[in-house]
Amino acid sequence: MSDHEKEIDEATGVETTGHEWDGIRELNNPLPRWWLYIFYASIAWAFVYWILMPAWPALPGMGTNTPGIRNHSDRDLVAASVQELRDARAETGQALINASLDEILSDQSLRQFAMAAGESAFGDNCATCHGAGGQGFPGYPTLADDVWLWGGSLDEIQHTITYGVRQDNLETRFSMMPAFGRDQILSSEEIRAVAHYVRTLSGLEEASEESHHGQEIFEFQCVSCHTEAGTGDQLQGAPDLTDRDWLYGSDLETVINTVYNARNSAMPAWGERLDEATIKALAVYVYSLSGGETNS
Amino acid sequence: MSLHKPTPPADAQPLYKKREPIYPKLVSGNFRTFKFAFMGLALLVYYGLPWLRWDRGPNAPDQAVLFDFAGGRFYFGPIEIWPQEVYYITGILILASLGLFLVTSLFGRVWCGYACPQTVWTDLYIAVERFFEGDRNKRIKLNRAPWSINKLWRKVAKHAVWLIIAAATGGALVFYFHDAPSLVFSFFTGHADATAYVFVALLTFTTYSLAGTMREQVCTYLCPWPRIQAALTDEHALNVTYRWDRGEPRGPHKKSESWEGRGDCVDCNACVTACPMGIDIRNGAQLECIHCALCIDACDDIMRKVDRPTGLIAYDTDNNVERRAAGLPALKFKLFRPRVIIYAVLIAAISALMVFGLATRSTFELNVLKDRAPAFVQLSDGRIQNGYTVKLVNKQADTRAIHFEVSGIDDAEVLLVGEEDGVMDVEVEGEHVDRFRLIIKIPEENVDGNDRLRIVAIDTETGEQDVNLIPFSSPRRD
Repeated sequence: MSDHEKEIDEATGVETTGHEWDGIRELNNPLPRWWLYIFYASIAWAFVYWILMPAWPALPGMGTNTPGIRNHSDRDLVAASVQELRDARAETGQALINASLDEILSDQSLRQFAMAAGESAFGDNCATCHGAGGQGFPGYPTLADDVWLWGGSLDEIQHTITYGVRQDNLETRFSMMPAFGRDQILSSEEIRAVAHYVRTLSGLEEASEESHHGQEIFEFQCVSCHTEAGTGDQLQGAPDLTDRDWLYGSDLETVINTVYNARNSAMPAWGERLDEATIKALAVYVYSLSGGETNS
Repeated sequence: MSLHKPTPPADAQPLYKKREPIYPKLVSGNFRTFKFAFMGLALLVYYGLPWLRWDRGPNAPDQAVLFDFAGGRFYFGPIEIWPQEVYYITGILILASLGLFLVTSLFGRVWCGYACPQTVWTDLYIAVERFFEGDRNKRIKLNRAPWSINKLWRKVAKHAVWLIIAAATGGALVFYFHDAPSLVFSFFTGHADATAYVFVALLTFTTYSLAGTMREQVCTYLCPWPRIQAALTDEHALNVTYRWDRGEPRGPHKKSESWEGRGDCVDCNACVTACPMGIDIRNGAQLECIHCALCIDACDDIMRKVDRPTGLIAYDTDNNVERRAAGLPALKFKLFRPRVIIYAVLIAAISALMVFGLATRSTFELNVLKDRAPAFVQLSDGRIQNGYTVKLVNKQADTRAIHFEVSGIDDAEVLLVGEEDGVMDVEVEGEHVDRFRLIIKIPEENVDGNDRLRIVAIDTETGEQDVNLIPFSSPRRD
């Protein structure tokens, strides 16, 4: 392009760039001045920004990015916002701590606050396993029904949330069903027989010769926790086998699997992660999903 | 064969028209007086309205007009609008635009001339300019003069006062959104919400630039109304009109000369120098003309001086000017034309609709939201349970006692979470939305997946009630 001579377009009197496509030549109009000035200002601002804000990534010999003299950190801003939220909730949070769970439930404004705070905490922490609204999934109890492994009163719910299930603390909900098959306590035939019997308890199948055989084994191996009638024991987290609620499923194969391997699922102790007010709010929220358990 | 070379025509105008400075001359007369009076009234309303109080009881703000975004309420005197009733605001906007159409078809662009904020604030700014820099001729002279102490202080003072007015304008606007007396205090002590400062800054900028520096360009280039106006006007519309039938042929007139054989226009340019839009009304109806009628005052003044009848420029219709030019008698302006009647009827109808709505609207509302995850659960005894979140909206100031009734499906056991078994009564605070949980259990054989519950909330004192029909989910049985 060095040999390019200045060419002036006749119609407009503007210099061309010398580029030509199919006879169409490009005019070399200057950039609008306002645009150019903003462009220059942006370049100048880039230098200012480099100095003020974190800008350059880690350069060789430098462990981290350039921090900038304003010491800006998004992480700190988030932490400050979270703290702000905590402070804003402090007053009502304190009211939740001071009141008993029954008082929270019967006081309209405390209950509404607890349910709103509980709903949001539930979504953040609990819904991953229990589902939004406590709908539950196989292995993760439904919280919207009337079946409570460890008790469904306000205090029992608070205890379960605080200390978790099968966790490493003294207050935790704890019981251990033997893995009857894996640990070779029962033979496969015996386990199948027990499974048939368990299914007769809630009327899923008719009594049979095999189930009678299963009943004998059941009375020997299972009644200490599940009771003779099969109605379970909340103190040990032993499910009621006579109702229509099945945590892992009610078909024969699933029941055999449960007896063979045992389930013994766990839940974190949320007392280690959440503050007392949040846990109380969660207890009230979980209670409100189903109306809880009144006659425990 | 030769190709046509694309060359611009010889008389082509540049695409960008350079702005010509306008120095409107102060006139005196009825319209000028009215315009000042209306400006005073408009400014009084704008600045004063947020300070008007209205007692709504102890728990509600006592500001007559308040757009309380934080609290989610609009207050207009006795009317209180909740967010879910924002259609009343739409109604007010529709009424405003119909009102504009009506007034325009009755009296022309009086909105532009007297009431538009652009007109009001521009007029105010010109008055300030005139105070510091003098009338038209002095301002022209001052602008052409080289910089001096005299010029400097006048310019600085003018812009300072403009900025103060602009800031006060922005300031007054934020008072519509917060309690005015407390905001004044927190604003000047630096404790007001950041949005308040942002909006004051924004409005200061727009007021200063629109009324101070842009002025007539706003009307000519930014405002859609002059364009819409073209669709609303016709030859029967009342406009500020130069009566060329009487004025032409124009020309300078000496005192001793006869008026025979010539028009009344002495070509003195008084109408042009008075015009804040910088146009010549004698060129006929123009998009730029805001119909402020200041040229009428200017011309009447001259007509009196040359001893001719006033009204060479006046509110008139194009049709009448044409008729007089053709020797026909002018028609009396008809107020009740079809379009006027249509607009009036529409306004009346919409107003009636809104008044009816406001008069009969309920201050109490029931919203039942069904749990969707899980849609239902089966209880250990086989019954089906659905959970519902119930919201009760109490728009009145006093607490209400509410009783729930649930019907529609047999053998429904209803539990109101937090209440004793069987208790279905609650209280809802005034000005409040309260949330409750209803747990409903129904035997499986009574439902088939297509069931609906009827949930009624009754105010036990007034008997007001609201009904929700809401599905009860259960396993579908075919």
